[in-house]
Amino acid sequence: MDSIRRHGTRDYPNECCGALLGVEEGGIKEVVDLAPLLNLRADRARAGEVLPLTAPERESERNRFLIDPAELLRVERESRARGLDIVGFYHSHPDHPARPSVYDREHALPWYSYVIIAVEAGRAGPIASWRLREDRSSFEEEAVEAVGAKT
Amino acid sequence: MSVKVMIPTPLRQYTEKRDAVELEATTVAEALRGLAEKYEGLRKHLYNEEGRLRSFVNIYLNDEDIRYLEKDKTPLNDNDVISIVPSIAGGRTLRCTCS
Repeated sequence: MDSIRRHGTRDYPNECCGALLGVEEGGIKEVVDLAPLLNLRADRARAGEVLPLTAPERESERNRFLIDPAELLRVERESRARGLDIVGFYHSHPDHPARPSVYDREHALPWYSYVIIAVEAGRAGPIASWRLREDRSSFEEEAVEAVGAKT
Repeated sequence: MSVKVMIPTPLRQYTEKRDAVELEATTVAEALRGLAEKYEGLRKHLYNEEGRLRSFVNIYLNDEDIRYLEKDKTPLNDNDVISIVPSIAGGRTLRCTCS
Protein backbone atom coordinates (compact mmCIF):
# COMPACT_ATOMS: atom_id res chain seq x y z
CA MET A 1 0.00 0.00 0.00
CA ASP A 2 3.00 2.30 0.43
CA SER A 3 3.58 2.17 -3.32
CA ILE A 4 0.01 3.32 -3.92
CA ARG A 5 0.52 6.17 -1.42
CA ARG A 6 3.74 7.22 -3.14
CA HIS A 7 2.16 7.06 -6.61
CA GLY A 8 -0.85 9.07 -5.45
CA THR A 9 1.24 11.84 -3.88
CA ARG A 10 3.72 11.89 -6.78
CA ASP A 11 0.97 12.43 -9.37
CA TYR A 12 -1.07 14.89 -7.28
CA PRO A 13 -3.01 17.00 -8.26
CA ASN A 14 -3.66 14.52 -11.05
CA GLU A 15 -5.27 11.12 -10.60
CA CYS A 16 -2.83 8.22 -10.67
CA CYS A 17 -3.76 4.70 -11.70
CA GLY A 18 -2.40 1.19 -11.91
CA ALA A 19 -3.22 -2.50 -11.93
CA LEU A 20 -3.26 -4.89 -8.98
CA LEU A 21 -1.63 -8.21 -9.79
CA GLY A 22 -2.24 -11.30 -7.74
CA VAL A 23 -4.33 -14.40 -7.30
CA GLU A 24 -7.85 -15.08 -6.13
CA GLU A 25 -8.90 -18.09 -4.15
CA GLY A 26 -12.06 -18.75 -2.22
CA GLY A 27 -13.27 -15.19 -2.72
CA ILE A 28 -10.11 -13.65 -1.26
CA LYS A 29 -7.70 -11.77 -3.49
CA GLU A 30 -4.03 -11.60 -2.63
CA VAL A 31 -2.24 -8.72 -4.33
CA VAL A 32 1.44 -9.53 -4.78
CA ASP A 33 2.52 -6.77 -7.12
CA LEU A 34 1.41 -3.52 -8.69
CA ALA A 35 1.72 -2.23 -12.22
CA PRO A 36 1.68 1.59 -12.09
CA LEU A 37 0.28 2.85 -15.36
CA LEU A 38 0.04 6.08 -17.26
CA ASN A 39 -3.18 8.03 -16.82
CA LEU A 40 -4.11 8.29 -20.49
CA ARG A 41 -6.23 11.38 -19.74
CA ALA A 42 -2.93 13.31 -19.86
CA ASP A 43 -2.86 12.51 -23.61
CA ARG A 44 -6.06 14.20 -24.71
CA ALA A 45 -5.94 13.10 -28.33
CA ARG A 46 -5.39 9.41 -27.66
CA ALA A 47 -7.74 9.37 -24.66
CA GLY A 48 -10.46 10.99 -26.75
CA GLU A 49 -10.19 8.16 -29.29
CA VAL A 50 -10.47 5.51 -26.60
CA LEU A 51 -13.15 7.00 -24.35
CA PRO A 52 -14.36 10.56 -25.02
CA LEU A 53 -15.04 12.81 -22.06
CA THR A 54 -18.67 13.72 -21.47
CA ALA A 55 -17.89 17.21 -20.11
CA PRO A 56 -14.43 18.11 -21.50
CA GLU A 57 -14.59 21.66 -20.14
CA ARG A 58 -14.65 20.26 -16.60
CA GLU A 59 -12.88 16.92 -16.94
CA SER A 60 -9.16 16.26 -17.14
CA GLU A 61 -6.45 14.13 -15.59
CA ARG A 62 -7.15 16.03 -12.35
CA ASN A 63 -10.48 14.27 -11.90
CA ARG A 64 -10.47 11.39 -14.42
CA PHE A 65 -8.23 8.43 -15.08
CA LEU A 66 -8.12 6.13 -18.09
CA ILE A 67 -5.93 3.10 -18.75
CA ASP A 68 -5.06 2.49 -22.38
CA PRO A 69 -6.62 -0.87 -23.42
CA ALA A 70 -3.41 -1.69 -25.29
CA GLU A 71 -1.51 -1.27 -22.00
CA LEU A 72 -4.08 -3.44 -20.25
CA LEU A 73 -3.50 -6.21 -22.80
CA ARG A 74 0.27 -5.92 -22.24
CA VAL A 75 -0.04 -6.08 -18.46
CA GLU A 76 -2.41 -9.04 -18.72
CA ARG A 77 0.00 -11.00 -20.90
CA GLU A 78 2.98 -10.18 -18.66
CA SER A 79 1.12 -11.05 -15.47
CA ARG A 80 -0.15 -14.35 -16.94
CA ALA A 81 3.44 -15.25 -17.81
CA ARG A 82 4.20 -14.84 -14.08
CA GLY A 83 1.22 -16.94 -13.04
CA LEU A 84 -0.69 -13.90 -11.86
CA ASP A 85 -3.98 -12.27 -12.80
CA ILE A 86 -5.09 -8.66 -12.84
CA VAL A 87 -7.36 -8.74 -9.79
CA GLY A 88 -8.24 -5.06 -9.81
CA PHE A 89 -7.05 -1.53 -10.21
CA TYR A 90 -6.10 1.41 -8.05
CA HIS A 91 -6.53 5.10 -8.59
CA SER A 92 -6.37 8.26 -6.54
CA HIS A 93 -8.95 10.88 -5.73
CA PRO A 94 -7.18 14.24 -5.33
CA ASP A 95 -8.92 16.29 -2.62
CA HIS A 96 -11.84 13.86 -2.54
CA PRO A 97 -12.76 10.93 -0.27
CA ALA A 98 -11.71 7.37 -1.08
CA ARG A 99 -15.26 6.53 -2.11
CA PRO A 100 -16.34 5.68 -5.64
CA SER A 101 -18.20 8.26 -7.65
CA VAL A 102 -21.12 7.76 -10.04
CA TYR A 103 -18.54 7.98 -12.84
CA ASP A 104 -16.52 5.22 -11.18
CA ARG A 105 -19.63 3.04 -11.01
CA GLU A 106 -20.67 3.69 -14.61
CA HIS A 107 -17.27 2.49 -15.82
CA ALA A 108 -16.67 -0.42 -13.46
CA LEU A 109 -16.79 -4.14 -14.07
CA PRO A 110 -17.82 -6.79 -11.56
CA TRP A 111 -15.30 -8.98 -9.76
CA TYR A 112 -12.41 -6.51 -9.96
CA SER A 113 -11.33 -4.80 -6.76
CA TYR A 114 -11.20 -1.04 -7.18
CA VAL A 115 -8.78 0.45 -4.68
CA ILE A 116 -9.10 4.19 -4.18
CA ILE A 117 -6.72 6.40 -2.24
CA ALA A 118 -7.68 9.88 -1.11
CA VAL A 119 -4.88 12.41 -1.59
CA GLU A 120 -5.68 15.58 0.30
CA ALA A 121 -3.53 18.63 -0.49
CA GLY A 122 -0.76 16.35 -1.72
CA ARG A 123 -0.79 14.05 1.31
CA ALA A 124 -1.84 10.41 1.13
CA GLY A 125 -5.00 9.73 3.06
CA PRO A 126 -7.32 6.76 3.54
CA ILE A 127 -7.31 3.80 1.18
CA ALA A 128 -10.46 1.76 0.55
CA SER A 129 -11.32 -1.10 -1.79
CA TRP A 130 -14.61 -1.51 -3.57
CA ARG A 131 -16.32 -4.15 -5.66
CA LEU A 132 -19.22 -3.48 -8.04
CA ARG A 133 -22.45 -5.28 -7.18
CA GLU A 134 -23.80 -7.69 -9.82
CA ASP A 135 -26.75 -5.45 -10.69
CA ARG A 136 -24.37 -2.45 -11.15
CA SER A 137 -26.43 -0.43 -8.65
CA SER A 138 -23.59 0.40 -6.26
CA PHE A 139 -20.28 -0.76 -4.83
CA GLU A 140 -19.70 -2.93 -1.81
CA GLU A 141 -16.70 -2.05 0.35
CA GLU A 142 -14.15 -4.81 0.81
CA ALA A 143 -11.90 -5.43 3.78
CA VAL A 144 -8.25 -4.74 3.04
CA GLU A 145 -5.43 -6.23 5.05
CA ALA A 146 -1.71 -5.60 4.57
CA VAL A 147 0.23 -8.84 4.86
CA GLY A 148 3.77 -7.60 4.80
CA ALA A 149 4.39 -7.49 1.03
CA LYS A 150 5.99 -4.39 -0.45
CA THR A 151 2.95 -3.00 -2.24
CA MET B 1 -17.71 -18.23 -39.78
CA SER B 2 -16.31 -20.03 -36.74
CA VAL B 3 -14.74 -17.47 -34.43
CA LYS B 4 -13.50 -17.31 -30.86
CA VAL B 5 -14.37 -14.57 -28.39
CA MET B 6 -11.86 -14.03 -25.56
CA ILE B 7 -13.55 -13.21 -22.26
CA PRO B 8 -11.85 -10.89 -19.77
CA THR B 9 -11.43 -12.22 -16.23
CA PRO B 10 -14.28 -10.26 -14.58
CA LEU B 11 -16.84 -11.60 -17.03
CA ARG B 12 -15.87 -15.28 -16.87
CA GLN B 13 -18.26 -15.81 -13.98
CA TYR B 14 -21.03 -15.48 -16.61
CA THR B 15 -19.48 -17.85 -19.17
CA GLU B 16 -19.15 -20.93 -16.96
CA LYS B 17 -15.58 -19.79 -16.20
CA ARG B 18 -14.59 -20.08 -19.83
CA ASP B 19 -11.90 -17.65 -21.00
CA ALA B 20 -12.87 -18.23 -24.64
CA VAL B 21 -16.22 -18.92 -26.30
CA GLU B 22 -16.58 -20.29 -29.83
CA LEU B 23 -19.41 -19.00 -31.97
CA GLU B 24 -20.70 -18.86 -35.52
CA ALA B 25 -21.08 -15.29 -36.83
CA THR B 26 -20.47 -13.19 -39.95
CA THR B 27 -19.83 -9.81 -38.30
CA VAL B 28 -18.48 -8.58 -34.98
CA ALA B 29 -21.97 -7.32 -34.01
CA GLU B 30 -23.46 -10.74 -34.66
CA ALA B 31 -20.75 -12.45 -32.61
CA LEU B 32 -21.31 -10.16 -29.63
CA ARG B 33 -25.08 -10.53 -29.83
CA GLY B 34 -24.68 -14.29 -30.02
CA LEU B 35 -22.43 -14.18 -26.97
CA ALA B 36 -24.97 -12.16 -24.95
CA GLU B 37 -27.77 -14.52 -26.01
CA LYS B 38 -25.77 -17.55 -24.98
CA TYR B 39 -24.72 -16.01 -21.65
CA GLU B 40 -27.43 -13.60 -20.51
CA GLY B 41 -25.47 -12.48 -17.44
CA LEU B 42 -22.99 -10.72 -19.73
CA ARG B 43 -25.57 -8.49 -21.32
CA LYS B 44 -25.86 -5.79 -18.65
CA HIS B 45 -22.09 -5.43 -18.45
CA LEU B 46 -21.55 -5.24 -22.22
CA TYR B 47 -24.61 -3.20 -23.25
CA ASN B 48 -26.26 -0.10 -21.78
CA GLU B 49 -30.00 0.40 -21.30
CA GLU B 50 -30.33 1.58 -24.91
CA GLY B 51 -28.86 -1.67 -26.19
CA ARG B 52 -25.55 -0.11 -27.28
CA LEU B 53 -22.14 -1.41 -26.31
CA ARG B 54 -20.99 0.39 -23.16
CA SER B 55 -18.54 3.15 -23.97
CA PHE B 56 -15.73 1.50 -22.03
CA VAL B 57 -16.02 -1.83 -23.90
CA ASN B 58 -13.33 -2.05 -26.58
CA ILE B 59 -13.40 -4.80 -29.15
CA TYR B 60 -10.31 -6.07 -30.88
CA LEU B 61 -10.35 -8.34 -33.91
CA ASN B 62 -7.07 -10.23 -34.14
CA ASP B 63 -5.28 -7.47 -32.19
CA GLU B 64 -6.81 -4.61 -34.21
CA ASP B 65 -9.25 -2.22 -32.56
CA ILE B 66 -12.50 -2.44 -34.54
CA ARG B 67 -13.02 1.33 -34.33
CA TYR B 68 -10.23 1.49 -36.96
CA LEU B 69 -11.86 -1.23 -39.07
CA GLU B 70 -15.59 -1.22 -39.80
CA LYS B 71 -16.63 -1.05 -36.13
CA ASP B 72 -19.23 -3.66 -35.27
CA LYS B 73 -20.00 -4.23 -38.96
CA THR B 74 -16.49 -5.61 -39.44
CA PRO B 75 -16.83 -8.92 -41.30
CA LEU B 76 -15.36 -12.07 -39.83
CA ASN B 77 -13.33 -14.94 -41.26
CA ASP B 78 -12.89 -18.46 -39.97
CA ASN B 79 -10.63 -18.70 -36.92
CA ASP B 80 -10.79 -14.97 -36.20
CA VAL B 81 -10.27 -14.04 -32.56
CA ILE B 82 -12.37 -11.30 -30.99
CA SER B 83 -11.09 -9.87 -27.69
CA ILE B 84 -13.22 -7.89 -25.27
CA VAL B 85 -10.90 -5.38 -23.61
CA PRO B 86 -12.41 -2.91 -21.17
CA SER B 87 -11.12 0.63 -20.88
CA ILE B 88 -10.45 0.94 -17.21
CA ALA B 89 -11.71 4.38 -16.30
CA GLY B 90 -13.06 6.36 -13.41
CA GLY B 91 -12.55 9.49 -11.41
CA ARG B 92 -13.80 11.52 -8.55
CA THR B 93 -17.07 13.37 -8.39
CA LEU B 94 -16.68 16.68 -10.18
CA ARG B 95 -18.31 18.66 -7.42
CA CYS B 96 -18.06 16.89 -4.08
CA THR B 97 -20.68 17.43 -1.45
CA CYS B 98 -19.38 14.54 0.63
CA SER B 99 -18.84 15.04 4.32
